[in-house]
Amino acid sequence: MPPEQEPIVRIRGVSKSYRSGSRILPVLEDISIDIGHGEFLALMGPSGSGKSTLLNLIAGIDRTDGGTIEIGRIDITKMSETELAEWRSLHVGFIFQFYNLIPVLTAYENVELPLYLTGLSRMEKSEHVRTALAVVKLKDRMDHYPAQLSGGEQQRVAIARAIVTDPTIIVADEPTGDLDRKSAQDVLDLMGRLNSESRKTIIMVTHDPRAARRARSILYLEKGVLSHAPDQTPF
Amino acid sequence: MLLIKLLFKNAFLRHKLRSVLTVLGVTIAILAFGLLRTVITTWYLGVETSSPTRLVTRNNVSIIFPLPLSYREKIRQVEGVKIVSYGSWFGGVYKDKKNFFANFAVEPRSYLELYPEFIVPPDDKEAFLRDRRGFIAGKKLADRFGWKKGDIVTLEGTIYPGKWDFILRGIYRGRDVNVDETQFFFHWDYLNESVLKSKISLSDQVGFYMIGISSPGISAQVSQEIDAMFKNSAAETITETEKAFVQGFIAMSEAIIVAIQLVSLVVILIIMAVVANTMAMTTRERTGEYSILKTLGFGGGVIALLIMGESLLVTLSGCILGIALTYPIAGAFGTYLGTYFPVFSVENETVLLDFIAAVLVAFAAAVIPVRNALKLRVAEGLRRIG
Repeated sequence: MPPEQEPIVRIRGVSKSYRSGSRILPVLEDISIDIGHGEFLALMGPSGSGKSTLLNLIAGIDRTDGGTIEIGRIDITKMSETELAEWRSLHVGFIFQFYNLIPVLTAYENVELPLYLTGLSRMEKSEHVRTALAVVKLKDRMDHYPAQLSGGEQQRVAIARAIVTDPTIIVADEPTGDLDRKSAQDVLDLMGRLNSESRKTIIMVTHDPRAARRARSILYLEKGVLSHAPDQTPF
Repeated sequence: MLLIKLLFKNAFLRHKLRSVLTVLGVTIAILAFGLLRTVITTWYLGVETSSPTRLVTRNNVSIIFPLPLSYREKIRQVEGVKIVSYGSWFGGVYKDKKNFFANFAVEPRSYLELYPEFIVPPDDKEAFLRDRRGFIAGKKLADRFGWKKGDIVTLEGTIYPGKWDFILRGIYRGRDVNVDETQFFFHWDYLNESVLKSKISLSDQVGFYMIGISSPGISAQVSQEIDAMFKNSAAETITETEKAFVQGFIAMSEAIIVAIQLVSLVVILIIMAVVANTMAMTTRERTGEYSILKTLGFGGGVIALLIMGESLLVTLSGCILGIALTYPIAGAFGTYLGTYFPVFSVENETVLLDFIAAVLVAFAAAVIPVRNALKLRVAEGLRRIG
């Protein structure tokens, strides 16, 4: 199989549970999926279904109880915390519901933050940040602090931060959950463009069926189990 | 660079009022700590400035009992003794008891030779030595009462009753800042002559002998020889180094020193509580941000540096302000409490202790927040956001 046709994310038999006092609460059970290169996948499901947990596992910010997760042929479940942190800095771009920008840093500095961990020169960093801000159409507001930006603009800064390192995958957890309809539309348009024009692999968790419809495929989770095939849409 | 910027902004721009109050708290605590330490160092200043080649001989029973003047020649005969001076505590009062200052009747020529740290201009020294009613005063004492050379100063005697007139013949300066410039020295002969006229029993008696020896190494031997010489006499002696003599005085107020040291430790604990409280609030509020940084790939070391660095920045800012304020306030203390603390200057060692205390407090206050931030699992931290 040519490399570009191989799945970028290969999940096999993943399970995850949390401990609540003496009780063990299973969240994901025997999940196996492939996500192709350049895919735009929406993960849907009711609250507590395990979709955010699955996203966290794919992004390498949580640990599986069993099974394997390969991203670009690398099994991240075998990595140490330090290796995982380094891997995340190079291969994963994060978009969160509440933007999670650092309030005392400007838009420019927020986008620059992930580049701190790369070996890029100051000039190269500047070039990357300006390009990322241009992609999200916020170059003219790079000196603004998050509090001086609208919710939609803050989420666009967060997207710029997610793409500035040119990651292998972008994970988005409810990226439109805190936005008004117009801003949500803009953010989804931007993510769609990143997927179609830049062939970015995007995995998005959402409650919003309108947001999910912008994805190329939808996966539905219920009580920790996949209930629809990736190419099926329940809407 | 970006992380340093973040560190500064975290420390001073997030919660300006909290930062200002914390820095102010540390400033006041460091100021209090510095002043208390200065009191302690001032207390021990006499010990520090004492000469290892000077011995003090006094009555073995108590310093309040005198020694015969005739001992002088015998002491001079002891091998290793270079110079012998003597004096008596006069205990005179200038106008009012609250105007306290140390005043001694001394044998002036030998005394000034023995204490080269008292710098008297040659003309003043000659005028003082020539005039039996003359006296010299330290610069601070003269300034305190506005005395000028030639002024007649009257002291009311407490041990030696009556009004005693003296003429200011010179003003001495200290060789360095640690020399006491608040003392008053006059001729022992003037005292003795007057006593001869009134109280025969106190005539030809001195309060103490000050002895200059050729080297510090022979102090024990010379002391033993002097004391052995007067053993079984009517006035047995005890001879010790000047340092031991001063330490003996300080030992009488040991409890006060210990109390001051304890209070200075309490002050440090108070700073620690203030900074620890700020750091605990800060890190709790920033749990989400630390999770974001970890998510982006930043390791525990960077998070620890951000927390430790912030704690250090806030504490050191307060420390620097506190030290800057300690100097003028210690100066004001020295002016108002000159009677009790003739020299009240902030030692370099005190400043160093201020810095060490601040750094220790900063690290101690950040230990638990750092541990909590490092233990925090990324996914758990992200769940707390929003």
